Amino acid sequence: MNPVARTVLQRLGLGLVTLFIVSIIIFSAIAMLPGDFAKATLGQSATPETVAAFQREIGIDRPPVERYFVWVAQMLHGDFGSSFASRTGYRRTVAEIIAPRLYNTMFLAAVTALIAVPLALGLGILAALYRNGWFDRLVNVATLTTISFPEFFVAYMLAYLVISRDTFIGSDFAQTLPHWLTVSLNWALNAVPKFPTLSNVNDQTPFWEHLWKVALPAITLTLVIVAHMMRMTRAAIINMLASPYIDMARLKGMSPIVIVLRHALPNAWAPIVTVVAFNLAYLIVGVVVVEVVFVYPGIGQLMVDAVKSRDVPVVQACALIFAATYILLNLLADVISIATNPRLLHPR
Amino acid sequence: MSESEYKLGIAQSLIGGGKVSRRDFIHLGLAAGLTVAAADRLFVSTARAEPMQGGFAKLGMAHGATTDSIDPAGYPDTFTQTAFSGSLSNSLTEVDAKGNVQPDLAESFETSDGAKTWAFKLRKGATFHNGKTVTADDVVTSLQYHMGKDTKSAAKSLLDSVADVKADGPETVVFTLKDGNADFPYIMSDYHLVIMPAKDGKADWASGVRTGAFVLENFQPGVSAKLKRNPNYFKNGKPYLDEVEFIAITDLAARMAALSTGEVDYIGRADLKTLGMLKRNPKVEIVEVTGYGHYTLPMNVTMAPFDNPDVRMALKWAINRQEIVDKIFLGHATVANDNPIAPAIKFAKDPQPQHSFDPEKAKHYLKKAGMENLKVDLSVADAAFAGAVDAASLIRETAAQCGIDVNVVREAEDAYWDNVWLKKPWCASYWSGRATADWMFTQAFAADSSWNESFWKNPHFNELLVQARAETDEAKRAAMYAEMQQLTHDDGGSIVLVFNNFVSAQSKKLAHGDVAPNWENDGLKMAERWWIATA
Repeated sequence: MNPVARTVLQRLGLGLVTLFIVSIIIFSAIAMLPGDFAKATLGQSATPETVAAFQREIGIDRPPVERYFVWVAQMLHGDFGSSFASRTGYRRTVAEIIAPRLYNTMFLAAVTALIAVPLALGLGILAALYRNGWFDRLVNVATLTTISFPEFFVAYMLAYLVISRDTFIGSDFAQTLPHWLTVSLNWALNAVPKFPTLSNVNDQTPFWEHLWKVALPAITLTLVIVAHMMRMTRAAIINMLASPYIDMARLKGMSPIVIVLRHALPNAWAPIVTVVAFNLAYLIVGVVVVEVVFVYPGIGQLMVDAVKSRDVPVVQACALIFAATYILLNLLADVISIATNPRLLHPR
Repeated sequence: MSESEYKLGIAQSLIGGGKVSRRDFIHLGLAAGLTVAAADRLFVSTARAEPMQGGFAKLGMAHGATTDSIDPAGYPDTFTQTAFSGSLSNSLTEVDAKGNVQPDLAESFETSDGAKTWAFKLRKGATFHNGKTVTADDVVTSLQYHMGKDTKSAAKSLLDSVADVKADGPETVVFTLKDGNADFPYIMSDYHLVIMPAKDGKADWASGVRTGAFVLENFQPGVSAKLKRNPNYFKNGKPYLDEVEFIAITDLAARMAALSTGEVDYIGRADLKTLGMLKRNPKVEIVEVTGYGHYTLPMNVTMAPFDNPDVRMALKWAINRQEIVDKIFLGHATVANDNPIAPAIKFAKDPQPQHSFDPEKAKHYLKKAGMENLKVDLSVADAAFAGAVDAASLIRETAAQCGIDVNVVREAEDAYWDNVWLKKPWCASYWSGRATADWMFTQAFAADSSWNESFWKNPHFNELLVQARAETDEAKRAAMYAEMQQLTHDDGGSIVLVFNNFVSAQSKKLAHGDVAPNWENDGLKMAERWWIATA
């Protein structure tokens, strides 16, 4: 059997086992949450009778073990269940609640990845080429600075920059600066595109408008994740550049850029891909803060909402999607590193 | 008055209808001896004062969750309340900017039999969005939706006093109450009690077909709701806007940013800490209304030491309310006096003396209770109201000067209303307030109310409550409510700290008349009442 196919199957099997264990953990963790869903939905003004009527309707009065098996059985049939926000005669399935949110999250992740991954790889390769030079230092300092700030800070700063575009000239601060500085700062601020600080999109938003609205969240996330991937690329390539076969290439008189791209990079893929996969997973499961700041209706915000209102079926489905994302992306990273490494591809 | 001044006056009256352009108006102004700038200012202020038709307003709401629904059994916060109750639907009555009840979908209402029977006559020609005429049957099924054993409506307890509701002909609805209630029309203004079309004998909420000023176009729970003008609305000329979009922006900083960049025209619940920065923006103005909402610290009077009225009194004198208003609410609140009835409400009376910070009096009452010093726990979380934890810290400082050791227990915000409120002996709480004294007292102070948060059961107070409710003589009612307010002030278990202001911010593009104090967002009816002044 092809070693790649075997590994994929093996990993997929392990992934399923992991998912099963995760499902148990998710279910018990949620069962232990304090508070009452019925009360959380009906609000402070709900009376005990109202709460009891509601609990009967959503079936939360049954024992947890029974509820777990019902849930798993439904899931195996591809049914994620109904949200607790459903009412008699008005069913809201978990799938229909999650689908648009998942699409939004994937959209943002894809846009960010399309900017961040090539940028990080490019900067990493250049930094390795000109290592210890001023370019390398500049890139390192810049990316380490952006990764060191918490992402909500980066997000608010970007939003503030866009607001200042209009308000800077009239502010007290601008009055205290010397005139030439005010003018040039204002000129620089006006060069900033007027990105929307509110990324609220819905299913009727056209594609290009959607793209325009996610500009600020995508830039924020790019600033946050570039450093990690860029530094791994740089380190992996520099590591390769110390190998004897690179010295050989150098003695043959090949140019440094060809050495890096044709000889060093192919052997450095494994660690880079692992880090890229890790960051992509983060883009899908970990961007709730950025979503909140820019009011972007992604799946992170949905899960936080659902936890607050104790909408258990939605929380469980989100958690499972997150777990599956991690498992799949790590699997993908493993497959790529095996496929790019002949020694792993043909083990003795 | 010269001829040109006379023309200017006429032109001014025409601006509202959009019949005079800015350019023509300035010409007339110049002829009347005004400068260009003065004429322009006059044009702008006149244009803003007169409602204008048309336009699209984006309104940023402070709430919104994925569990939101158009089902009026819920409506937990300002997003659903403003979009679906205030804009999409109508109740039988509404509360105006002065706090008086006015007919809404009802044309008139009258009572008989000691305020026990209420007849509401429906407005002629009012229709649902699908063209069907509103009949008494629709009203009856809509209200029955909130009544009965199996209802999940949050308004159930509100209608507990209704014994029977039935149609009397197609245009009249008759309510029979268990006890007389002179304020019943106020209750009918509640945002849950919207009128829906009857379908197979049941209220049809899921279709979203209602009677309101706006028709639902698109709703994404937790994200946004878009509504467009109802051309057949029964109120003459209203609404003014062609389209409104409610956008859920729960993050405070994001809300402020969205208004600053002009991506929304209005935000509810502005950030008090950065209000100064927002005020500097020439395109933005702040609207502040003292509402009925108030922050309280209920003490469980069935538990020691709060079962002793002198201990309660000592605590009431050990709090520096003015300092709390200044430091925690940055001046955007009004000092309260252990009386939950806001000054704007009918029959409100400020009980004497005003409770303020007075260590001598606090010590005096403590001594009267037979104690030298006292140690109590105060359970708080910002889930009760923003600033509750900070307010509790201030209370600890001032109480310490009175020989009272207040131990501030910081509770989890999550599930605060489940685990702390009505469970801990002394905690923090929030009431959005009610439009009448009776309504407020019945829900939060009556002996048999499930939300009697201080478990206070003063027999005289409860007698007065029932008597005053059925009393139709205004002077006698006023006297009874005054006595009840004095009782809550002197003996009650709730420390009413402050009345909070509704602080919202808006683009100067939006214009409106006086803002109603009964709920946020102009009594939830901003979409119907506000307009865009293009100037």
